[in-house]
Amino acid sequence: MINLIRGVGAKIVYYIDYVGAIGKLFFRTLYWMCIPPFKRERIFLQARVIGIDSLPIVSLVAFFIGVILALQTAYQMQKLSSEIYIANIVALSIVRELGPVITSLIVAGRCGAAVTAELGTMKVTEQIDALETMATSPVKYLVVPRFLAFTFMLPVLTLYANIIGILGGYLICVYRLGIRSNMYLNMTFDSLKIKDLATGLIKTLVFGILIAMVGCLEGMRTEGGAEGVGKATTISVVTSFILIIAADCVFTAIFYFIFP
Amino acid sequence: MIEIKNVYKSFNSKKVLNGVTLSIKKGETKVIIGRSGCGKSVLLKHIMGILHPESGVVSVEGKGIEQMTTKELNSLRMRMAMVFQGGALFDSLTVGENVGFALYEYSKLSHQEIDERVEEALCNVELCGIHKLMPSELSGGMKKRVAIARALCVKPEVILYDEPTTGVDPITAGSINELIRHLHDKFKVTSIVVTHDMKSAYHIADKIAMLYQGKIIAEGSSQEIQETDHPVVYQFINGVAHGPITETIDKFI
Ligand SMILES: Nc1ncnc2c1ncn2[C@@H]1O[C@H](COP(=O)(O)OP(=O)(O)OP(=O)(O)O)[C@@H](O)[C@H]1O
Ligand SMILES: [Mg+2]
Repeated sequence: MINLIRGVGAKIVYYIDYVGAIGKLFFRTLYWMCIPPFKRERIFLQARVIGIDSLPIVSLVAFFIGVILALQTAYQMQKLSSEIYIANIVALSIVRELGPVITSLIVAGRCGAAVTAELGTMKVTEQIDALETMATSPVKYLVVPRFLAFTFMLPVLTLYANIIGILGGYLICVYRLGIRSNMYLNMTFDSLKIKDLATGLIKTLVFGILIAMVGCLEGMRTEGGAEGVGKATTISVVTSFILIIAADCVFTAIFYFIFP
Repeated sequence: MIEIKNVYKSFNSKKVLNGVTLSIKKGETKVIIGRSGCGKSVLLKHIMGILHPESGVVSVEGKGIEQMTTKELNSLRMRMAMVFQGGALFDSLTVGENVGFALYEYSKLSHQEIDERVEEALCNVELCGIHKLMPSELSGGMKKRVAIARALCVKPEVILYDEPTTGVDPITAGSINELIRHLHDKFKVTSIVVTHDMKSAYHIADKIAMLYQGKIIAEGSSQEIQETDHPVVYQFINGVAHGPITETIDKFI
């Protein structure tokens, strides 16, 4: 019993510590973001790795999600013979929920992990120490560009995923289920409001920050060689996933009660 | 110029530095010797301010590193350079970008001038014309020499070398020793060199200090160290298998 309490206590301390560490890194990142010199190429490089290089997989997944969603909705709607509402449901689910979350999960798995592995390797091979000895803050040199790239590219990728997802639904409905094309498009655009799009994108801004902070933090505090890098990468992905889902839950609740 | 006073440091309750006191004068070449794992690299990292002592002070030019603001620390680090034991080259950058890193980041020199400085530093370690390669394409000894070139490129006043000659062939080791001497004689660079290689230690050192069980147990010129009657130092420099250092190990066997 005492051991149980002790174990739980240690876990709680660990999580409080973790939140503290993330917060500290976040404010240090904001601080260093404002200190010259500004090197734009580094941000663009990261933006390319995180944004453009993720396009294929994001397209693939978003397209299939659109298709699946259309088919599953059709299954229900055909019973009620109200197929024309498929468009609404597909558009709203993708724009409000699936687009942001799926894109964030993909980016966390693909790029968050890569960031942790890269920074972790730099840590264990003393490259981060070497940066410091050359009067360069690792936060400024490594974290800031990644932070900016994640925060700006994730909404852009999500927007793109939304479009591709809706396209997937459209193709299925128009070519398989026989809904008229302009009917489908009208239903889609009528149902979508700015509010839906905005709430989806605001979420991804926060998810982007979370992925960047967890990825960089885990990388920068990696210890113990190749094994340590592997562990840090696993922890980074798992933590980002949990935080994304938890944050999503909080956001959905907030948006539901504040902007009904 | 650099004062280390009573520095203690432990990792996970393992005591590594146990009251180290050492001072390095301006323009001096100090060689630190000691067994593998006795904390020499840890000591160098304290001098650069990467690791922080649990107690004790490391001060440079009379000012404690721990008391410095980030700005002061960074301007100090511009005048110092460290060659890491494993090289610690940035593997996403080319050799040229590695060597010129600090200059590309901070100096107001034109790119062409920096490129010339980079080439000059690389030639100093006999690696002319490799600036386009990536660190992963280099051999271990080449990496070490590129790391030395990276330290030289900023023309620092103080250079800390962590085993500059381990892992390179004897001829290159000789030329690295020459280089350290040359910097000492001509540019009055203050050098702190960690090494196991006694031959090179005698060759380059103004003073040799031995680190043992977390303390500096002996310090003196090459001559004095060679003629030591301290049993631990004697065993170390002569590489004797049995003696006070290995006694504790012998007990287990
Ligand atoms: N970051 C760290 N975390 C935990 N222990 C460490 C860390 N860095 C060093 N140590 C421990 O400190 C001791 C001294 O390490 P250090 O790297 O200074 O040895 P060294 O004298 O440079 O040896 P070598 O000649 O082999 O390079 C080692 O026993 C090592 O286990
Ligand atoms: Mg060492």
